[in-house]
Amino acid sequence: MRSRRDFLSAGARLGFGAALAAALPGVSFAALPGADPFVVVILRGALDGLSAVPPYGDPAYISARGPIAIARPGGAHGALDLDGFFGLHPALPLLYARWQAKELLVVHATASAYRERSHFDGQNVLENGGDRPSGSASGWLNRALAALAGRGVDGLALGQNVPLILRGPVPVGSWAPSALPEVEPELLTRLRDLYSNDATLSARLDEATHLETLADTEAPTGGAMEQSKGGGIERLKTIAETAGRMIAGPKGPRVAVLDAGGWDTHASEGGAEGQLAGRLGGLDQVLDALRQGLGAQWSRTAVLVCTEFGRTVQVNGTRGTDHGTGAAAFVLGGAVRGGRVLADWPGLAERQRYEGRDLRATTDLRALAKGLLRDHLGVADRALADVFPASEAAAPARDLVRG
Amino acid sequence: MTIDTAKQPAIAASRFGFGARPGELDAARADPRGWLLAQLRTPYRAPAELDALASGREILASFLAARAARAAEKQAAAREASRDDPVKQLFAGIRQQLLPHYQAQAAARTRIALASESSFRERLVHFWSNHFAVSIDKPICLGTAGALENEAIRPRIDGRFADLLLAVETHPAMITYLDNQRSMGPHSALGERAARRADGPAPVRLGLNENLAREILELHTLGVDGGYTQADVTTFAAVITGWSIGGGEGRYADGEPGAFVFRDALHEPGSKTVLGRRYADADMAQGKAVLRDLAAHPATARHIAMKLARHFVADEPPAELVERLASAFRTSEGHLPTVYTALVNWDGAWQSDTLKFKQPHEFIYSSLRALDVTPREPKALLAPFEVLGQRHWSPGSPAGWPDRQADWDGADALMQRIEWSVALADRVGDSHSALATADAALGPLASTQTRKALASASSGSQGLALLLMSPEFQRR
Repeated sequence: MRSRRDFLSAGARLGFGAALAAALPGVSFAALPGADPFVVVILRGALDGLSAVPPYGDPAYISARGPIAIARPGGAHGALDLDGFFGLHPALPLLYARWQAKELLVVHATASAYRERSHFDGQNVLENGGDRPSGSASGWLNRALAALAGRGVDGLALGQNVPLILRGPVPVGSWAPSALPEVEPELLTRLRDLYSNDATLSARLDEATHLETLADTEAPTGGAMEQSKGGGIERLKTIAETAGRMIAGPKGPRVAVLDAGGWDTHASEGGAEGQLAGRLGGLDQVLDALRQGLGAQWSRTAVLVCTEFGRTVQVNGTRGTDHGTGAAAFVLGGAVRGGRVLADWPGLAERQRYEGRDLRATTDLRALAKGLLRDHLGVADRALADVFPASEAAAPARDLVRG
Repeated sequence: MTIDTAKQPAIAASRFGFGARPGELDAARADPRGWLLAQLRTPYRAPAELDALASGREILASFLAARAARAAEKQAAAREASRDDPVKQLFAGIRQQLLPHYQAQAAARTRIALASESSFRERLVHFWSNHFAVSIDKPICLGTAGALENEAIRPRIDGRFADLLLAVETHPAMITYLDNQRSMGPHSALGERAARRADGPAPVRLGLNENLAREILELHTLGVDGGYTQADVTTFAAVITGWSIGGGEGRYADGEPGAFVFRDALHEPGSKTVLGRRYADADMAQGKAVLRDLAAHPATARHIAMKLARHFVADEPPAELVERLASAFRTSEGHLPTVYTALVNWDGAWQSDTLKFKQPHEFIYSSLRALDVTPREPKALLAPFEVLGQRHWSPGSPAGWPDRQADWDGADALMQRIEWSVALADRVGDSHSALATADAALGPLASTQTRKALASASSGSQGLALLLMSPEFQRR
C-alpha cells in the first residue's frame, strides 16, 4: 500500500513528466483517459465583482464606488484593460496574462437562481444547483459525475472534507497536506475490519486509501509537506499546485473543487490597494499555481471560478460593500475560448439596478456551468436536467470551450 | 429507537458532555439525567484557568493602538511605494502581538474542556460560542474571539436568551467582527456634517453598514426563514447605528479604548419600524427594545430549538423534539435552563444508536479525556485542532462551524484522525489497557466487534488507536 506522501511525490514526478512531454510535439495534447480536467473554485463570502472586474466604461461606476473605485486603465494603479469597457483588478496580473493568451473568459452580471442575500443559503443554491437553498443533499458536480458513470471520471475535494457541490451518490475523495507521520498499513487493515459493518466509515477509508494507491512509483520524500505548513495563501498555493499534478496523472481525478474564503468585504474594502486587493493577489497566485501543477494538461483544462452572489453597487458607509446580487465569474484554462467578456450589461445607474441597490443578474450561472459540463466534460444533454433541475430557462451556454 | 438503561451513563457523558474521563461513568450511573441537570444548577463561577487572561477591552485597545502606530509609520514611508500588500504589512506585526492572547485563551479553553467535571455545561458554552460565532481570520478578532466567549457567553448560558443576546451584540468583539463601529445614520449629526462637506464628482457617501443587523436577524435570532425583509435589515441597521467601540481613528477616537460605546453622533434619529412594529427613538434603548422583541419572537424560539436539537440529537432532528424545545423556549420566555431540561428529559435523546458524528474538537476532547492526557505546552495543546481542521474560534464565517456529518466526514479528514490517533497512542504507549480504557470511556456502548479488535491488537498502543478510531468513539 502506498502512503499519501508517496502519492504526493508521485504527483511531483508526474508533473515533471508532463513538463517533459510538453517539450515533445504531439505528446502534450494527448487526451487523458476519462475526461479533460475540470476544476471549480468557490469564492465564499461573495466576491465584489465590480472591483474584480471594474466596468470602468459605465458612466455611473466612479460616482457609485467613490473611494473604492478602480481607476480607468492607463494611470498608476489603473485597471488592466479587457475590452475598452471592462477591466481587470490591477492585483490580477497573472490572470491578465491568461486573458492575453486568450485563455480567460470573463463573465459579468451573473448569478445562480438565488435572489436573497444570505451567504449560507446563497452558497447552498450555488452548490446544490437547484432553485432553493434546502431540499437537496447532493451537489450539481456530483450529479454530473453520476452522469459520467462508467467513464472513469473521479472527483476530488481539495481540503479535508467534501463541500456540498461534490456530495452525492458518487463517492468522492478529499485531500489536503498532512503534517502527521503516516501510519502502518497493518493498522489500516485492522480498521477496515473494524468498519466492516459501518457503511460510511468503510467507504471513507477506501476512498482515502484509493488516493494513496493511485500512483505507482518509487517514493522519495516530497517537499510539499514542508511548504504546506504556512497558513492562508501559501497553503492554498501548495494545495492548488499539488492538485494540478494529481489531476494530470494518468489515473488522477479529473474533476476537483477548491474553496477559498474571505471575500465578505463589508468595511475598508480598499481599491487598487487594500484588503480586497490583497485577497485578489492571493487568488491570482493560487490559480497560477494550479496551472503550473497541471503542466501540459493545462491546455485541456477548464476552471470555473464563482461566488454565491455579488455586492451592492453603492459603496456603503464604512467604505465597503454589502450583500448584492449580480456577480462576476471567470472561466479559464487552455481549453477555454477566452479573450472575451460574456456580459449582457444591465448598467449601474440606480434605475437599472436590482431593487435599486444591486447589479442586476442577466446571465444565469447555471447556463455557464451546463455549457461547460456538456461541451467540456461531455455530460449528455438529457442528463443536464438532473444535474440542474428546474433550469429549463437556462439553456447551456455555447462555445465556451474550443471544439 | 431503543432505550438501554445500561448505556445511559455513557450517553450522558459522550452525547451531552465531551466524553467520559476515568471514573466519570460511575459518577453518572445512579441518575444520568440528574447528573447532567445538576451541572446547570451550580451558580456560575469563572474557571481559574481564565484568571490570567487579559480582558477583551484591553486586548482590543492594544490592537487599536498598534494599528494607529502602524498607519502612522506607513504614511511616513508612503513615498517608498512598496509593492507589497499593504494590508499584510499592516497586520503582520500586530498579529505577532495578538497571537499570545489567542494562544492563552485557546489553551485555557482546552484545559477547561479536558478537566471539566461538568462537561455538559462546557459543551453548552461551545454551542453558544458557535451560535454567536466570530472568527479569528479577521485580524481584529484574533485577540477578542476568546474574550467574547469568556466575558459575554460563559456567565450567561444558564440565564435568559435575551440577556445573552444583548451581552453578545454589545461586546466589542461582535461589534468589530460585523463592522458596526463606524456604521452611520445618514441623518445623524456626523452624517449631516459629512453630507454638507461632501462636494466634487465622487463624494464619499457615509452611511449604514448592514452586516451586523443582517446576521443578528439571520443567524442569531429569527433564522433565515424567519420572515424578515431587506427593508427590515436596512432599518434595523439604522436602529443600531452608534453601537460602536471607543478609541478608534479620527472622529471615532473618543471613548474608553476597546470598550463598547454608544456614539450618539452616529445614531440615526427618529422612530423606525422593524418587523411591523414601530419603535420610538430613544438612542441606544431603541436597539435594545428591538433585540428584546427579537429574543421573544416565535421564529427565534424555533431557530434556537432546531439548532440545539441538531447539535445534541441528530443532523435532522425529529420535528416533535424541535417543537418541544421551541415550546419550552416560548413558555419560559427564553429561560435557557428550562429549554435544556426539556432536551434532557426527552426520551428520544437517550436512544442508544449514536447518531452524531463527532466534530474534530469533540473527537480531540473526548480522546484526551478518555486517556486522561493534558499536554503541558500550549503549542502541543493546540496543535491537534490545527491538524484536524478546527482551530478554536476560526469557522471562517459568522454562521459558525457546520453541525452535520457530511461537513466533517471527508476521506482525508478520516485519514488525519487515524494519523493523529496513532501518534497520540504511541505517546501514551502501553501504559493504558485499551479494553479498560474502552470500559471507562464507552462502557456498554463499545460493541463486541470493537472489543474483539482491541483484544487482538498487536500492541497496547495499537489497541488505543483502534479504540479512538472505532465507529462508536467517532460518534456520540
